[in-house]
Amino acid sequence: MPAIELRNIRNYVFSNLNMKVLDGELLVVLGPNGAGKTTLLNIMAGLVDYEGTVLFDGIPMDKISTNERHIGYLFQNLALFPHLDVFSNVGYSLRVKGRKKEEMARKVNELLRLMKIEHLKCRYPRNLSGGEKQRVALARALATSPKALLLDEPFNSLDTEMCKCLRREIRQVQKTMGITTVFVTHNLADAEEMGDRFAVLNNGKIQEVISRGIFLLQSGEDESDSSAKFHDCSQCTIGCHCTSIEQDYESADSPTYCLPTLMKS
Amino acid sequence: MKIKNVMLGILPVMVFVALWEGIAQLNMVPQYLFPPFSSVMMEFYHLVASGVLLDNLLSSLVRVIAGFLMGSVAGIVMGMGMGCKEVINKSFHPIFGLLYPIPALGWAPLLMIWIGIDEMLPITLIFLCSFFPVLYNTITGIKGVDKEVIKAAKTLGASDRKILTTVILPLAMPNIFTGLRLEAGMAWRVVIAAEMVAIPTGIGALMMKSESLLNVEVIIVCLMVLSVMCLAFERFFQYMEKKITREWV
Repeated sequence: MPAIELRNIRNYVFSNLNMKVLDGELLVVLGPNGAGKTTLLNIMAGLVDYEGTVLFDGIPMDKISTNERHIGYLFQNLALFPHLDVFSNVGYSLRVKGRKKEEMARKVNELLRLMKIEHLKCRYPRNLSGGEKQRVALARALATSPKALLLDEPFNSLDTEMCKCLRREIRQVQKTMGITTVFVTHNLADAEEMGDRFAVLNNGKIQEVISRGIFLLQSGEDESDSSAKFHDCSQCTIGCHCTSIEQDYESADSPTYCLPTLMKS
Repeated sequence: MKIKNVMLGILPVMVFVALWEGIAQLNMVPQYLFPPFSSVMMEFYHLVASGVLLDNLLSSLVRVIAGFLMGSVAGIVMGMGMGCKEVINKSFHPIFGLLYPIPALGWAPLLMIWIGIDEMLPITLIFLCSFFPVLYNTITGIKGVDKEVIKAAKTLGASDRKILTTVILPLAMPNIFTGLRLEAGMAWRVVIAAEMVAIPTGIGALMMKSESLLNVEVIIVCLMVLSVMCLAFERFFQYMEKKITREWV
């Protein structure tokens, strides 16, 4: 049984979206800006209105409010609570659920250790670096022991080295804890390192779902270019076949790729 | 460095007092109109020793605290409602928008007729003077809270009530405190004015009595007390604001 299933989802972005995320897997949803990636996560989280059905472990979630869906959500801008220190940020979900102080302290310390940020527990978000904030946000999302983890382009504001490091750490934590995870991104490097399966989202439609093996095979020829990004087809600079607009190949500094081009065998 | 800063603050005051004393002692203006600083201090001592100053100060203080507390609490509660629920905001905004520009003292004649000339008059005036600025600062603070942070709290299992008390209200605090700080001083100005025109006790009333007796020393003592109280109230809220928000603002 899939851990997350979306059936006939319709709203201002999607016309009839169907999608399954298998239990314990990390599904990467790839797509250009404006494809509906964040909206997709918001639907799973119950943060936006939609028609259709969202199921977690076969149970419909549509009538269940966000705060009762038991999800961990890593927002694009992280959305740490600026008025709480790291310890309180991570322990927030336990506090609002009325857990005992001892239980909360034990769980929070465990997560801080896991994310290697124990030494930061008294600091406030404004005094943290980008990578540290990322770790705090992930620890906070995991504190609820969520059924599903939703990651919304969490590496956007980080440098390449920090990005690599955190990708590995998040992947390791996700595997260790076995949490079903949906990770949306427009960055191929992030996708390649993180995903078990890959769904390609464009213009509010899932165009293709592929396994890790096929994805690596297809993207292998482009491995030398770590800056490969998805973008609007109309701006493709390497001969995109999904648009009739003629491209000026000579003017491109570095090649970029649009979705259908990458996914062509 | 700290001593130097303190001296820099005190020095102008000392120069001002010295000039005041010197000019008054020259008798260019009759001393009953422009008394020297030393006479004012003597009057201050007599007023404190006789208990007159403290009695009147206490009367004013109780009015300020009562009116300010009620106005602030009402402003914060209403502001929370209007900031969080658009339907409340839309319902009340037009009426508050019309009432807000009226200066608190502008209500005095009407309130004299409606509630009479008693303790409730200055308290009501202070309520009106505190309510609107605290209300609008609270609305601004609440509407300014990052929507993503609210969403994050929801995904972490917080109910709407918990989000309000643990996220929205704390993050709106800097704005709420700005309103409180500005209106704390204003409350003193309003109570003095109300006591001058209608109430027989309090610092304002003491000033009016002294005016009829041409007792300029007492008027100056009252003005000095008023200045200190305004400053003390503003500083208190400044201190509280810093204490609560200094780690994260």
